[in-house]
Amino acid sequence: MTGKKNLSAREKYLRDKKRYKISVVVTQISILLFIILGWELLAQLNIIDSFITSSPSRMFATFKRMLSQDLMTHIGVTCLETLVGFLLGTVAGTLIASLLWWSPFLSEVFSPYLVVLGSLPKVALGPIIIVWVGAGMPAIITMALMVSLIVTILDMLSGFTSTDTNKIKMLKTFGANKLQTFTKVVFPSNIPTLLNVLKVNIGLSMVGVITGEFLVSKNGLGYLIVYGGQVFQLDLVMTSVVILGIVASILYNAVVLLQKVICKSSKWQN
Amino acid sequence: MHGCLSLEHITKTYQDLNGETLAIKDFTHTFEEGKFVSVVGPSGCGKSTLLSIIAGLEPQTSGVIFWDNSKPLESNRNIGYMLQKDYLLDWRTVYKNVLLGLEIKKMLSPETIAYANSLLEKYDLLEFKDKYPSQLSGGMRQRVALIRTLATNPDILLLDEAFSALDYQTRLLVTDDVYKIIKAEGKTTIMVTHDIPESISMSDDVIVLSKRPTTIKQIYPIHFEMDNRTPLTCRDNPMFSTYFDRIWNALNSE
Repeated sequence: MTGKKNLSAREKYLRDKKRYKISVVVTQISILLFIILGWELLAQLNIIDSFITSSPSRMFATFKRMLSQDLMTHIGVTCLETLVGFLLGTVAGTLIASLLWWSPFLSEVFSPYLVVLGSLPKVALGPIIIVWVGAGMPAIITMALMVSLIVTILDMLSGFTSTDTNKIKMLKTFGANKLQTFTKVVFPSNIPTLLNVLKVNIGLSMVGVITGEFLVSKNGLGYLIVYGGQVFQLDLVMTSVVILGIVASILYNAVVLLQKVICKSSKWQN
Repeated sequence: MHGCLSLEHITKTYQDLNGETLAIKDFTHTFEEGKFVSVVGPSGCGKSTLLSIIAGLEPQTSGVIFWDNSKPLESNRNIGYMLQKDYLLDWRTVYKNVLLGLEIKKMLSPETIAYANSLLEKYDLLEFKDKYPSQLSGGMRQRVALIRTLATNPDILLLDEAFSALDYQTRLLVTDDVYKIIKAEGKTTIMVTHDIPESISMSDDVIVLSKRPTTIKQIYPIHFEMDNRTPLTCRDNPMFSTYFDRIWNALNSE
């Protein structure tokens, strides 16, 4: 009797959990539909001026037109720039952080410079980058690199320096040198830090790329947005922003997936 | 290779901006081969510093450490050190954790790996070889840590409050376990602890240290009239409380 009662309590628990989940998803979809339909309706009824606000149907038409033209090239260019900036920023940042961990002297010397560079809005570097690197893809990638580099250095360095000192002591009791300490404990125990940095960096790198594309470019989603604004084609601007949002979340989720796979396969507690 | 370890006139001072602190003053003692010696003392008296100096983790300010009364100990000394916790690396399997010491000392060879495997087998961990530390109990983790240390075949084993992170029940069992392993491998052992019963239950000698600056106050040889003494069985021996009182009084006398 009690067994059956327990089972039904369990079933009720599971059913409630499932219902809750469903209601969240249903609400999310409803909000999206409400916005799209409301927007479309207001535009159709001429309550809002779709020349300024665009409308879902016009955006869809623009999307179809863009698709038959060179939308994929623009998306590809933006993704490529983001990924290159992301990889460079992460690798260079981690290397520099390792160097600063290695030498506490350098770390202390450079800390005020890092703080200043870290708090500086990187857009301000735009003109300098264009003059130094030239207008074009290298400038945009440099911008993306600038945005993610300092954050990576600071995060990785603070992860490295807060490695459990007792674990380091344990290695030293076996006579470990500095390189062994780094490769056997300091770096591996900061893989979770690195994975979190990746998550932050993919977003930052995209900020850098779009900023860069605003300043100089002939391709990319940022270029489409700026160009659309300049020629007062809000359809193009709105459509590009939506596509950018989708691309950004795909990239972000790819990194999250990567993080999950790595954590699962190697027992890092996160 | 086994032998005795002699510390002669070991002194340690610490420097900081506020001045100099004398932590250990003229410590002289010979640790005999195969013996289990405990070092107890008031907290903050520099017990762990003593072990760090023996292990070569920090240099003594003056004094010499001899091996077998003849040659001063080189920097590349073959000493096993166990810390408060097991500090197993979560991302390595039990097997990989056990090989860590050998890896660092660049001693990986078919013989040393076979020895590590034999230790794993002897102490019932072979079947857990491919598991990760998070899948083991506290007692098993400590055993893995001990095997990691023993795998490098150290001449001397240093235990630095090695059981203090465990809960009381596990602690008693692990102490028993570790004691048996150490005796089976015949290792000379120096254990630092603040737990008097633990020191009595495991040791052949208990050294009582003074407050800072640390010197030897008293040395108590521990002897129980029993065969096959283990840390758990000797706790029931009538002599146990006598030893406890003596050491307690020595610790608290000025």
